[in-house]
Amino acid sequence: MPKENPIVVFKDVKKVYRGGNIAVEHINLTINKGDFVCFIGRSGSGKTTAMRMINRMLEPSGGTILYNGEDIHKTDAVKLRRRIGYVIQNIGLMPHMTIYENITLVPKLLKWPEEKRRKKAKELIKLVELPEDFLDRYPSELSGGQQQRVGVIRALAADQDLILMDEPFGALDPITRESLQELVKHLQEKLGKTVVFVTHDMDEALKLATQIVVMDSGHIIQNASPSEILQHPANDFVEDLIGEDRLMQARADVTTVSQIMLKNPVSITPGRSLSEAVRLMRQRRVDTLLVTDDDDYLKGYIDIETLNTSYRHATSVSDILNTKIFYVVDDTLLRDTVDRILKRGLKYVPVVDKNGKLRGIVTRAAIVDMVYDTIWGDSDDGGESGSEKNENTSRSGAASNAREV
Amino acid sequence: MANLNTWEQFWYYLVNNGSYVLSQFVRHFLISIYGVLLAAIIGIPIGIIIARKRQLSAFVISVANVIQTVPSLAMLSIVMLGLGLGVNTVIFTVFLYSLLPIIKNTYTGMASVDKTILDSGKGMGMTSFQILYMVELPLAMSVIMAGIRNALVVAIGITAIGAFVGAGGLGDIIVRGTNATNGGAIILAGALPTAMMAIISDLVLGFFQRRLEPKKV
Repeated sequence: MPKENPIVVFKDVKKVYRGGNIAVEHINLTINKGDFVCFIGRSGSGKTTAMRMINRMLEPSGGTILYNGEDIHKTDAVKLRRRIGYVIQNIGLMPHMTIYENITLVPKLLKWPEEKRRKKAKELIKLVELPEDFLDRYPSELSGGQQQRVGVIRALAADQDLILMDEPFGALDPITRESLQELVKHLQEKLGKTVVFVTHDMDEALKLATQIVVMDSGHIIQNASPSEILQHPANDFVEDLIGEDRLMQARADVTTVSQIMLKNPVSITPGRSLSEAVRLMRQRRVDTLLVTDDDDYLKGYIDIETLNTSYRHATSVSDILNTKIFYVVDDTLLRDTVDRILKRGLKYVPVVDKNGKLRGIVTRAAIVDMVYDTIWGDSDDGGESGSEKNENTSRSGAASNAREV
Repeated sequence: MANLNTWEQFWYYLVNNGSYVLSQFVRHFLISIYGVLLAAIIGIPIGIIIARKRQLSAFVISVANVIQTVPSLAMLSIVMLGLGLGVNTVIFTVFLYSLLPIIKNTYTGMASVDKTILDSGKGMGMTSFQILYMVELPLAMSVIMAGIRNALVVAIGITAIGAFVGAGGLGDIIVRGTNATNGGAIILAGALPTAMMAIISDLVLGFFQRRLEPKKV
C-alpha cells in the first residue's frame, strides 16, 4: 500500500516504566492523514501508553516517533501539544471556566485575538448542535454528553490536524455514546481530521475506524482495516476480542452475490414468439422470463401479466419486453443487496457480470437461507465448506422459485 | 465614675478615649494582617512546592505542626530573646503561627485538584506555570482562603498577648484594665473590639472564600 501522507510514524518504539515494566515494545506503525485509527486491547495492553507518546505526555524509552515528518523528541513538547487535539475519558473540562473559555483555551494560549476566538467558539458550538447561549455557562450546568461534546470541539478549536482520544465515551450511557460516536465520525469525515482513538469496545472500533490496531501486552497483534480484521483475524486473541457473534455476522457481511445466486436462470431471447415464451414458463414453472440477446447480455424481462394482456396484438418477446430492470453485479456484497431486494419487494434480482452478461438470479428464498445461517450458524452443520453451502442454497432456492408461480 | 455601672463606665471610656481605642484597634489589626500576609507570601509557595514534591510534604507539615503546638506566650518570649521588645516580635510570632494553616491548606487545595483536569490541561499544551496560575491556583483558592481566614482569627488573638512585649494594640488596653482597680470597663474596651475584629474578619473572609468556591462538575 502506498503510504503517501503519513502524519504519525512509530519506529520501533518502546516504553519501559520505572521498575522495569515494559508497557509497549517494538511498535512500528504508520498513521496516514485522514485516517481514523483505533487502538484496541484489554486494559494493560499498552494502547493508552502508545497514544500518549504521540503528544509526549509520555516519553518513549526507545525508538522514534515522527509527527509530520519531524522527530517529536526534537520539538518543543508544549508547542507540539497545541497542534494536537486531546480528548480524555473524564472529559477534563476546567470547572472554573465557562464553556467559551474552555473551548478557546488553546487559541488563547496561541494568543489569537478575542474576535477570532469568539467567532471560532460560535462556529464550533453550532457544529455539535448545542445552543449558542451555552457558551456562557459553566461545565457543571451541562449533562455528561453535552460536556463531552464540548470536550470534542475543544480539541478542534485551534484547527488541530490530529486528535487523540482516550476512551472518550467510556463513561457515557449507551444512547449518548452512540450519538457522540456518530458526531465524531461525521466531524472527522467532514473536516478531514486524523483521529487516534483508544478503546476497549470492539463495536466502537468497528463502527468508527478505518484502521484498527489490536494490541496485547505491549505488542501490536494486528494492524488492518475493520473488514480485514473481521475476515482474517490474525490469531485466536483477535478472534476472541472480536467475539463469535460478530465473526458470524461478518461472514454474512462479506458474502458476495455470486456466492448465493442460482446459476441457471430461466431466460429467453427477444426474437422468440410469445407462445414459445409461455411454453417455457410452464415447463420451468416460473411467472417471469429474463430476456437476453444471443450473447447472454441482459436486455430486460417479460412477465405473465403483460403476456396475457397483449397476447392478441403482439407476436414476439421483443414486443412486450420491459427494459426497466433492476439488477446487481455479481461481485457486490450481499449485505448491500439484501436491503434493496427486501425494500423494493422484488421476488428476485438478476445478477450480471461486469460486462452485463446474465449470470444468475438471487431469490428471496436464498436470502432466507442466508439469514438462517446467520442465526443458526454452525450449530447444526459444524464446519461446512463454502461450496457445500452454495449447493444447499441453490437447492432450496430452486424449490421456492418454483413455488412462486 | 464609681456610681456608674460597668456598661456606663465602658461607654464613658469609649467616648472619652475614642481616638486612643481606634488607634490601638488599627494597630492591632495591622500587626495581625502583616503577620498573616508575610506567612501567606512564604507559606503559599511552600504549599505549592510540597504539593509538587509530595515526599517533602510530611516533613514540612510536621515542622509547621511543631511550631503550632508551642504555647503562644512561650513562643512570644522565645522570639523576644532574638528580636527584642517591640512590634516586630509580635509580627514574627503571628507569622509563625499562620504558617501551618496556610501551608497545609495550600497543600490540600492543590492536591485536591482533579488529576484529569491537570492531565487535559497539560495535554492541550499548557506550560506548567500556566497550569499553576490558570488551573491549580483558581481551583485551590477557596481552600487557601480558608487557611488564611483561620490564620487571621488566630493572629488577632496572638496580637492581643503581644502587649506584653510592648507592641501595643488592643491588648495594651486590656493590660491597662487589669492593672487598674475596678478596671472592668477598660478591659471591656479592649476585649470587645478584639472579639469584634476576629468575628468580622472571619465573616468577611468567609464571604470571599465562598465566592472563590469552584463550581462542582
